[in-house]
Amino acid sequence: MQVIWQIFSSFFKIGAFTIGGGYAMLPVMQRDIVDRLGWMDEQEFMETIAVTQSAPGAIAVNTAILIGKQMAGMPGVIAGCLGAVLPSFLIILAIAIFFRNILNWPPAINFFAGVRPAVVALIAHVAWKMARKLINHSFSLLLFLISLALIIFVPGLHPIWVILGSGIITIIWATQKQPEREA
Amino acid sequence: MWTLFLTFFKIGLFTFGGGYAMIPLMQEEIIAHSWLTQAEFLNIVAIAEMTPGPISINAATFIGYQLNGVVGSALATFGVVAPSLIIMVIFSHLLAKLKASKYAIALKGVAITVTALIAAAVVRLIGPAITSYADIAIALAAFVLVAKTKISPILIILGSGLVGVVLYGYIL
Repeated sequence: MQVIWQIFSSFFKIGAFTIGGGYAMLPVMQRDIVDRLGWMDEQEFMETIAVTQSAPGAIAVNTAILIGKQMAGMPGVIAGCLGAVLPSFLIILAIAIFFRNILNWPPAINFFAGVRPAVVALIAHVAWKMARKLINHSFSLLLFLISLALIIFVPGLHPIWVILGSGIITIIWATQKQPEREA
Repeated sequence: MWTLFLTFFKIGLFTFGGGYAMIPLMQEEIIAHSWLTQAEFLNIVAIAEMTPGPISINAATFIGYQLNGVVGSALATFGVVAPSLIIMVIFSHLLAKLKASKYAIALKGVAITVTALIAAAVVRLIGPAITSYADIAIALAAFVLVAKTKISPILIILGSGLVGVVLYGYIL
């Protein structure tokens, strides 16, 4: 029962502080799921994001469902999904009912103007942390640089193809490498 | 009401990659049903950008409420989430299978590529999000705090918002 509550409350927090779409959830999620609760390490965290990113739907919701499933089966799925969805649902409902003019309220605008640069810095820190942990030999560095270049310089290229391609290349690299090591 | 559920189910099912990828399809569906005008739709996108949470959930909640009150907003939100529920449960099995197979090594490379995706997102976000010296200062402060202290990202987000209220409202 405790784990169900942890799943719900973690994703509620993550949902409430994902300001600025998709990747904005990563800093809070990394701190909570990897550092605090220790449910997965950096490698598994990035695997999870790869899967949730390759499926349709909102990434935060997909991640909540996947981690909920891994931690506690179907009850975990429901807890994660509700946790991730409820903050937006309640906030938007409140805006729709009470404050339709929030967009014109200067303190709200200034609040988000302050949050935006901070969120970019927090996401940059996640990237830095993952890179330091996961890039540990020349093949991984090469893979990182090629992936980065493809995503930045090929417009309209969907991340799924880069993710699939990197999986296949890694398998090929590993099978080439295996006989060498044995020899 | 059934149409509301089905339409958002479709939006949830056919939008890969989350967030902004969803906007064009959502726009098409919503304007085709004449649930909102173009201007109202853009207004919702702006609200969704300013508020926490996935943009598709925000839009579903708002449009559902507009059309059928609280029941409508719950129905539309459930519609947009339902495909994720089904697909992610299947993907969870597939991931477990892959991890147990001899191809598990693929995940090592995949993790590296996702790290690159996140780094690329930072490169893309810097332009629109950091437009002044004050923005640079906020970003640097946030990075130092998250890297060098145990302060939670949530507090950093709230703190930067308050700095924004004071700085842009009263000082600059």
